[in-house]
Amino acid sequence: MKHISTMIVAALVSLLPMTAAAQTGPLRIEITEGVIEPLPVAIPDFVPENPAAAQLAAQLARVVASDLTGTGLFREVPSSAFISNVTSFSAPVQYADWKAINAQALVTGAVSLDGGGRLTVKFRLYDVFSGTELGSGLQFAGTEAGWRRMAHKVADAVYSRITGEGGYFDSRVVYVSETGPKDDRRKRLAIMDYDGANVQYLTDSSSIVLAPRFSPTGDRVLYTSYETGFPRIYVLDVASVGRQAIQTPPGNMAFAPRFGPNGRTVLYSLEQGGNTDLYVMDIGSGQSQRLTSAPSIETAPSYSPDGSRIVFESDRSGTPQLYVMPAGGGEPQRISFGQGRYGTPVWSPRGDLIAFTKQSKGRFHIGVMRTDGSEERLLTASFLDEGPTWAPNGRVIMFTRETQGAQGESSLYSVDISGRNLKKVRTEGGASDPAWSPLQN
Amino acid sequence: MSFLPRALLLVAALSIAACTNADRFADGDGLNGGGLNGSGTAGGSIVPGSANDPTSPAYFQQAVGDRVLFLVDQSTLTDQGRATLDGQAQWLMANADYQAVIEGHADEQGTREYNLALGARRANTVREYLLTKGVAGSRLRTVSYGKERPIEICSEESCYAKNRRAVTVIAAGGTPVS
Repeated sequence: MKHISTMIVAALVSLLPMTAAAQTGPLRIEITEGVIEPLPVAIPDFVPENPAAAQLAAQLARVVASDLTGTGLFREVPSSAFISNVTSFSAPVQYADWKAINAQALVTGAVSLDGGGRLTVKFRLYDVFSGTELGSGLQFAGTEAGWRRMAHKVADAVYSRITGEGGYFDSRVVYVSETGPKDDRRKRLAIMDYDGANVQYLTDSSSIVLAPRFSPTGDRVLYTSYETGFPRIYVLDVASVGRQAIQTPPGNMAFAPRFGPNGRTVLYSLEQGGNTDLYVMDIGSGQSQRLTSAPSIETAPSYSPDGSRIVFESDRSGTPQLYVMPAGGGEPQRISFGQGRYGTPVWSPRGDLIAFTKQSKGRFHIGVMRTDGSEERLLTASFLDEGPTWAPNGRVIMFTRETQGAQGESSLYSVDISGRNLKKVRTEGGASDPAWSPLQN
Repeated sequence: MSFLPRALLLVAALSIAACTNADRFADGDGLNGGGLNGSGTAGGSIVPGSANDPTSPAYFQQAVGDRVLFLVDQSTLTDQGRATLDGQAQWLMANADYQAVIEGHADEQGTREYNLALGARRANTVREYLLTKGVAGSRLRTVSYGKERPIEICSEESCYAKNRRAVTVIAAGGTPVS
């Protein structure tokens, strides 16, 4: 399936406020606090501004609702409870009607679709109990094919205004799609919207592919492939699906690649004589610099968002643990100290936390810790959880969960950093090794 | 894994004429209890290329033993492993036309990248040992599959133990592919 490029000119227009200037009211969810009662939000079908937009009008509202309720922080007030309906985007809101059904937030929208496939979507967010708008209404324009992205952009705006966090819904996930039994597992690269829609396969299943990772702008993917019979690193251009191997010594295994924050370097592991160390390559010149020279295994590296430091996994102490060192190499500091083995560290895009896989007493966990190793918290536990990836807002993590035994299968799961809202990500068949893109433009 | 002295290769070839499975011979001297197994090759003729042809890769795989196993997280050889590799080295020295790729593997009780690296360590351990026994390094390549190619899938130690392996795969001669 050819990649459909969606052109969105985000927030073309801030719409004039419906009422007096919006105040910062009490409509706010603080995600980091304890048990949260989900905020009731009403999302009536968007108003079609021409007949061609009628179907999309309802679909847009559904995607916005799924995004918000999928966070576990919002609860949708069902349309069957509505006292009044929104039939005109510009008509004044009957706040009393929404207060009566305890819809604390109200999202209204309108959509038009012209003959050339050009789609325009507008929305407003209301703090019902304050009787005002929350923030400005916005208008997005794009192609009909990109309608889901526009719904995600609306949901991102609503989410960020109410939580104070950045959004993450207008994003994609690249992962490994799996079929077949455990002893004959077929793997191929796939990409999808974060919610499972718009799946596209990027490779065939003729050789093992592992652990794809996005570039900082989401335009390229690094991954490891056995297509030459030997693990080597490839860069794939997402739009064209073209790919090429990066230059590493032919006789040595190269794997676990990650882009540097400027997208011009690749951090990776190279195996020589049975030993694995970290290297960084400048993509333009193809020149590599060695970063570690220990007789232990050094692998699974990840940059801090500012590119100044690297966190990685090493068994130099006897078991796999997490270490942080300057990006140019240098003395690593150990940051994992709990009982167990630590691996697959990934630095949050917000810079404040490192996510990891921990094995302890025969169980696997996804966890987070501060970048100095303090405040370690385990978010999940199962037979085999591994390989966390961060949502663009640094508040949700996706990972691989494999079930045990001969019938065992891999799936993608997500959880927020409070440990709440653990749920499966829908994919066609088995899936593993997810990597979350940045927010799309 | 048993070690088959070269002097007994012919006798062993006669007695395993009808055997095609991967069972290892328990007797250290290579004699199968019961002598000839009857069906097929009466009179002791060796079928070239089959498992009773001591110069064939099939023989290497089934009679010499193509794999060694490892303890959890370990890449060191056991006594049994060394004994198997002694046999592998002997066969490789006697059949100099063949190259080998040593595949290292790990069980599923670990993360993906670490298991790739651990498999590489195991493959390299085997390679280094074969070098000390006189096999030329240019004939031996290594690769790791980490936990990607389990042969047993029951998620218990009985299966994990079989997955923690290094397998020496014989290939026809020629220059190593880069």
